[in-house]
Amino acid sequence: MRKLTIILRNIPLLMALCLISPAIIRAQTDMDAIMMTKNNLCVGPMFGHSSWKNYWEGTFKRNNQNLGTVSTNMYGLMGVYGVTTKLNVLFNLPYVTTNASQGTLHGQKGLQDFSLWIKWMPLEKQLGNGLFSIYTLGGFSVPMTNYIADYLPLSIGLQSKTLSGRLMVDYQLGNLFATASGTYTYRSNITVDETSYYTSGEHITSDVNMPDMAMLNIRAGYRSERLIAEAVFTKMNTLGGTDIRKNGMPFPSNKMNSSMLGVNGKYNIKAVAGLSLTGGAYYTLAGRNVGQATGYDLAVFYILDFTRKAKNPTGHSSKQSSKK
Amino acid sequence: MNRKIISFAVSGLVLIVIGLSCKKSISDRTASAPALNPSNQDLGAGNWRTVLLSRPDTFAVAAPAATNTPGYLADLNEIKGYQKNLSSGDQERIQYWNAGGVLRWNEIMRGLVAKYNLPPYQNPDGTYPIPSSANPFAYPLFPFANPPYAARAYAYVSAAQYDALVACWHYKQLYNRPRPYAVDSTIQVKGVKTTLPSYPSEAAVLAGVTAEMMKLLFPDEIANIQQLAQQQELAAIESGAAARSDISAGEALGRQVAQQFIARGRTDRAGAAVGNPAIWAGFVTQTQATGQIPWSSLELPARPPMLPLFGKVLPFLFDTNTVVTLRPGPPPSTSSDEMKSQTQQVYNYVKNPSRDNMGVVQYWADGVGTYTPSGHWDDIAAEDFIPRNFSEVRWARNMALLNMALMDAGIVCWNTKYFYFNPRPTQMNPAIKTLTGIPNFPSYISGHSTFSGAAATILGHLIPERAGVYNTLAQQASMSRVIGGIHYPIDCSTGLVVGQNVGNYAIQRATSDGAEQ
Repeated sequence: MRKLTIILRNIPLLMALCLISPAIIRAQTDMDAIMMTKNNLCVGPMFGHSSWKNYWEGTFKRNNQNLGTVSTNMYGLMGVYGVTTKLNVLFNLPYVTTNASQGTLHGQKGLQDFSLWIKWMPLEKQLGNGLFSIYTLGGFSVPMTNYIADYLPLSIGLQSKTLSGRLMVDYQLGNLFATASGTYTYRSNITVDETSYYTSGEHITSDVNMPDMAMLNIRAGYRSERLIAEAVFTKMNTLGGTDIRKNGMPFPSNKMNSSMLGVNGKYNIKAVAGLSLTGGAYYTLAGRNVGQATGYDLAVFYILDFTRKAKNPTGHSSKQSSKK
Repeated sequence: MNRKIISFAVSGLVLIVIGLSCKKSISDRTASAPALNPSNQDLGAGNWRTVLLSRPDTFAVAAPAATNTPGYLADLNEIKGYQKNLSSGDQERIQYWNAGGVLRWNEIMRGLVAKYNLPPYQNPDGTYPIPSSANPFAYPLFPFANPPYAARAYAYVSAAQYDALVACWHYKQLYNRPRPYAVDSTIQVKGVKTTLPSYPSEAAVLAGVTAEMMKLLFPDEIANIQQLAQQQELAAIESGAAARSDISAGEALGRQVAQQFIARGRTDRAGAAVGNPAIWAGFVTQTQATGQIPWSSLELPARPPMLPLFGKVLPFLFDTNTVVTLRPGPPPSTSSDEMKSQTQQVYNYVKNPSRDNMGVVQYWADGVGTYTPSGHWDDIAAEDFIPRNFSEVRWARNMALLNMALMDAGIVCWNTKYFYFNPRPTQMNPAIKTLTGIPNFPSYISGHSTFSGAAATILGHLIPERAGVYNTLAQQASMSRVIGGIHYPIDCSTGLVVGQNVGNYAIQRATSDGAEQ
């Protein structure tokens, strides 16, 4: 369940970029070092909101009265299932709406990209007084609808299919923990509606080469059975791509980079076993060809236990239980 | 056991990621266009009617040296030297230019227009700087290649290329010098063997005339274009199709012909098309005096209207008086029920747009950072011309007819826009949210429709079997502006008709230029 907390924490990322944004990021649902217990399904709705007024046109930071404040809302259904305590499957299905407060451009809405992750914990061992663990994750995302990609900053996604690999390490000492992960995301080329387009040169084709992406995520804080509170830093880079030209238009293959700082929290409600609330907020420190987004997200999760005899309905984290 | 399976799965996924990342190259549709292989060399094209040149031999080209002279033999040795050591880069450049100089220069032009089609960023006080041809490298870069500017640029380059090639063909027929590979059989043919005379080189004529035109149109790009011109000439030599002396004579001829077009361009009134604050204000008061709501910029901060005096630019296919006669009657009064109805229709289209409509709007958007509607029609035309095996001179003639029609359509359209100074739908009803940026100039009549009507008309004449397709495309381009929320239906239906009328002037020229006998 904690994992969900963390799942949420990525959402900010997704949303931040959403404006001038890589949908891919949304696929990165899990960056925490928690595993669901075998045969447990943790599932629930989430809501995320992000907005920006300033953005980076290449490296030039500016605002734009013809956009005003660009905001994105995301309504998602997320879940994690414990195949075993060492192998989890995660999914996310978001519906996204966009809006510009000024200017004349029409907002967009629609079902965006479905993402699925497989998370495996190959190693968990005592190290010093704490617990050290390693995780590997693989995930993909696919657009669920034919939404328009080349309508930035108001398109709801980029239409690229993605494949990601992630390596994550975690160390927990008492109730304090730190987690670090690195992710490489392969992005498929996309096809745009126009017959030719300009990036750093004219392309006489509708096919667009989408550069891959890399992400670093570091998080640290307090973690107990009841409560998680953490600070998160995320740095996301596009490995290639071009800048938006001065007073030019954004394009899906832009070099979208972002550094973000945020906080997350999760609370397991005592009164109802298996029910938890999560929330987070974040701020964009620096970026390139993205909006300087701030945002928040909220979610409610509930654990469904599919084991015949549920020994411990709230024991959704193997790490947690092993720590105990 | 379980663990093994999982680790296999994970490492498999990693391998897929790595593997897929290597297969993402994309290529232009015309990248491997075949070498030009004309079904008819148009040997008589030296007699075709030129645009500005009074005669095909206005500029003298000296008779070439005989092919048995030491100078020419040195030319052959130069070719042999290149052909001994052609790198893969050389081969690629040869293959690239073999597809046709008119095609490649048109593609390069489209890229330049897209590169320079960026509206200037505002000053801190909310005014806008204006690009200056006197200081082209300072921001805002000169030019702002907006749709009227672009239409004019394509037309000047195409028309100059056409006149230069007519002169070239005149001298080819006059001097009848064989190709290097026809003189010396040890010279390889890197491309298609042709019986078209070699002197002066058609590749060099195109390189020279185009490079020279850039001095007027894209002064920031002179250096880059010069390099491309040299590559085209070198490719012609390396391919065995031209001797150095063919090249020298061709480039000089091309540059001389360009001078006539540059002189015209400097006095065609385009330089004054930006207007000034008094002129901009004048449109408002004149429109108010007629009882109509005047157009106002929907950009923030408000931007002066785009090239308001472009409607006074000197056309290619008719005179300035004809521009006025081609101008349509007025749009519905801004206070009329008809205008309310037109506005409501736009609102209804754009309120809940379908994905199909969004795609059509985007396909035809041709807005900021693109090659503009004229470039889009050049793109359509070029890809239709490729399989038709035109000679280089016929390519130039067809492109010139198309682009002169597009420029003149732009002139009549702009003349109309600033005569009526009619507001955009969103100005009449701010609830109209658009699917593409609202162009910063008056609504009536639609530029896309006028451009497209003209282009479809002349292209339908040049390739009759595609006339229906062009007409459908023009209708779609026109309609895209209504379903995109930026034009009233009447702007578009009227624009199409006006465009067709302009296109008919291009047909008149086409049927009397000597190329269709």
